[in-house]
Amino acid sequence: MAVAGPEVEPAAKTAEAARDRRGSGRRGAALRLGLMAVPVAFFALFFAYPVTAIVGRGLRTGGDWQFGRIGEVLGRPDILDVLWFTTWQALASTALTLLIALPGAFVFARFDFPGKQVLRAVVTVPFVLPTVVVGTAFLALLGRGGLLDELWGVRLDTTVWAILLAHVFFNYAVVVRTVGGLWAQLDPRQEEAARVLGAGRFAAFRRVTLPALAPAVAAAALMVFLFTFTSFGVVQILGGPAYSTLEVEVYRQTAQLLDLPTAAVLTLVQFAAVGAILAVHAATVRRRERALKLVDPAGTSRRPRGPGQWALLGGVLLTALLLILVPLGVLVERSFDGPGGYGFGYYRALQSAGSGGSSTFLVPPLEAVGNSLRYALVATLIALVVGGLAAAALTRRAGPLVRGFDALLMLPLGVSAVTVGFGFLITLDEPPLDLRTSWILVPLAQALVGVPFVVRTMLPVLRAVDDRLREAAAVLGASPLRAWREVDLPLVRRAVLVAAGFAFAVSLGEFGATVFIARPDNPTLPVAVARLLGRSGELNYGQAMALSTLLMLVCAVSLLLLERIRTDRSGEF
Amino acid sequence: MLSLREATVRFGKRTALDAVDLEVADHRIVCLLGPSGSGKSTLLRAVAGLQPMDGGRVLLAGQDQSGVPVHRRGLGLMFQDHQLFPHRDVGANVAFGLRMHGVGRAEAGRRVRELLELVGLPGAERRAVSALSGGEQQRVALARALAPRPRLLMLDEPLGQLDRSLRERLVVELRTLFQELGTTVLAVTHDQGEAFALADRVVVMRDGRIAQEGGPLDVWQRPASAFVARFLGFDNVTGATVTGEAAATAWGKVPVPGGSPQGEVDLLVRPAGVLIGAPEDGLRCTVGVRTFRGNHVTVRLVPENAPVLEAECALRDTPEEGAVVGVRFDAAETVVLAAGTHAS
Repeated sequence: MAVAGPEVEPAAKTAEAARDRRGSGRRGAALRLGLMAVPVAFFALFFAYPVTAIVGRGLRTGGDWQFGRIGEVLGRPDILDVLWFTTWQALASTALTLLIALPGAFVFARFDFPGKQVLRAVVTVPFVLPTVVVGTAFLALLGRGGLLDELWGVRLDTTVWAILLAHVFFNYAVVVRTVGGLWAQLDPRQEEAARVLGAGRFAAFRRVTLPALAPAVAAAALMVFLFTFTSFGVVQILGGPAYSTLEVEVYRQTAQLLDLPTAAVLTLVQFAAVGAILAVHAATVRRRERALKLVDPAGTSRRPRGPGQWALLGGVLLTALLLILVPLGVLVERSFDGPGGYGFGYYRALQSAGSGGSSTFLVPPLEAVGNSLRYALVATLIALVVGGLAAAALTRRAGPLVRGFDALLMLPLGVSAVTVGFGFLITLDEPPLDLRTSWILVPLAQALVGVPFVVRTMLPVLRAVDDRLREAAAVLGASPLRAWREVDLPLVRRAVLVAAGFAFAVSLGEFGATVFIARPDNPTLPVAVARLLGRSGELNYGQAMALSTLLMLVCAVSLLLLERIRTDRSGEF
Repeated sequence: MLSLREATVRFGKRTALDAVDLEVADHRIVCLLGPSGSGKSTLLRAVAGLQPMDGGRVLLAGQDQSGVPVHRRGLGLMFQDHQLFPHRDVGANVAFGLRMHGVGRAEAGRRVRELLELVGLPGAERRAVSALSGGEQQRVALARALAPRPRLLMLDEPLGQLDRSLRERLVVELRTLFQELGTTVLAVTHDQGEAFALADRVVVMRDGRIAQEGGPLDVWQRPASAFVARFLGFDNVTGATVTGEAAATAWGKVPVPGGSPQGEVDLLVRPAGVLIGAPEDGLRCTVGVRTFRGNHVTVRLVPENAPVLEAECALRDTPEEGAVVGVRFDAAETVVLAAGTHAS
């Protein structure tokens, strides 16, 4: 979800590209429009239409827009509380994440230590974990009967700290990857040059490295802010009745209070806020395209020297251990810790439908695993097709139309998933598009959040393919289609796999929209976890832990496979 | 083989190729020479069909190529930085064009072997292109371009990225190879040494037009304009008024060969024609920086009220830096250039 990272190309190549563009302008534009048709149709039908419909339903009575309601809703003290909490917890989460993760970014960028690759993969696991799992893991750590409760009688699940810590856990990798990725590629000799010119160690960092890093830090901070601002699953599980973000409130107003006007206003507010955040993000990305001299990251790291650096490394490793491994470990531990001692009791219970007197499930919860995998697979395919076409259309940097399209693709990341899910229900229920009873509804909603990932992963790679390689193939007798197959496809194959992995993980974890549209007899993993958590009883709790562990395993395995095939160039994540 | 008729390419307001006419005969090696931005690479791309033209025609073996896509023109093009396919090994790179032309696997394998031998990399089929040195990449790129037997081979700065000694060796190898194979070649370079060593015919370009065209020796001995003379590395160019066999210049009277054009002209004195003598003998100059070039020395001479001169002298005759000397000129080494283009 970190939609950032170095996107730099040598000035010469830009000039070359600019020349090419002028050469084949009209044909290129027509081709781009053709490629854009499918993604645009997809977004119009499955994003814009449901969202506008639900906003319209909330704000219109008898064909008249009631914009007065906006002011009314925004004047309510409880809503103001929600807005205030959403904003300040996002700011606090972002600040805390930067504080904790920036040293990590430095350590991963500049130090060599045994197990670095594995650790890098491990800290990324939370990032693709479903928010429901993150919430559950922190509940197991900080909640009632959690690890801290047992050890010291400390409970944080009713405080805002649980939310903040879960947000840091979730977004640690965003900062480490975007900032650390760039940091590793900055030439250390630049700082050395400053030192030779008379700058002290700190001055060299402040004057040389920091300015180069600043845009990446800003981009990472914005992404963290975006994710925490729209946080749903984590707050839903850890916030209790006291804390509610906009997204949670939209869900509450829609699903529990059936107050559509309020939900519509809140959706609009969130939409406006996210639009503003994305606009700022786009601006920082553009500034980042200023040519930085980048080097091979393999050559910039070395073993730590001196007690200070060892202490820093130790501190970062300890933080990663406490912050990332402990919650995950506790989650796994709880899933085995049944009333009769450790065992597979909760896992076995997942196989029967009416377990623990729970009538929430028409089918054994374990079937959610199969459902989730099937849905995620279809969602991945849809996201690959839609996102792949969009990325192909965006490969050539071009005018405002294309840039606008680029921004449009990012919107589903921030628009209330709850609204999208509910919108699906009320719009796609009549001919010609009666999908209400169709299983495809769930993958469609999940693909919507997968597409931005596919685009962000494939775009830099496609842009990095030197146009002259295609020309070389053409001169040697390859037709344009053949050249694409022989040159582009093999070069982006890894990126396609990485994109598929991300889309798969995101689809698996999608909660906000799925919770509305998944049919009761076909729940997905996150939906089943949330339902189990919503009920009392030790067995339900244990089963939620077990199911979360399964979900985590599926995500972690797909991520680790990803980590093996990813290259340094593959994407902005 | 290749004819260009009024080939024109514009990039916005800038005209990169301005109605260029050019002929490349079968089995000849033609070199396009010019500073960057003179349109020589654009010309190659237009011939290959990679650059749409705004006017004029490209004919290959008498056939108009407008409407013929790149991959059907049957040409070879070696890119400046080779553009080997990074995801294929050496053998697969060389075989690429053969596959595109539907050559069978066994036949392709045989031909790849033959070509790698030809370019001096026998048995390199399985090597990764990332493991090749610059010179080796250049050889693979050449083998790849030659493999489908193109009717015209085009080279874009073929040796541009290699170091000097390698370049000098490869240029000789290339010329020998092309002569043996009878390949028709159109090459682009900004390096005069490379062009003159490689080509049967040199075409000097400037601002999208042909500034001069001729045999290498011709062009070298008789640059057509002050621009060409300066581009070839001659700095002793000045405005002059020729009367009979003498020219009046900022450096004083300079003798010119008999039969030279008369009146306002540009005049080139080759460094070898700048003769250094005693201070009272001819134009008084102070000796500036000396550059050692193996068997001779280039000396900068600073006259009192005239442009700097460059002289070439034998090692043992080289004056000390700071010495005051007198300069005379040798008529055999002066060339009267076409008039009125001195501005550049």
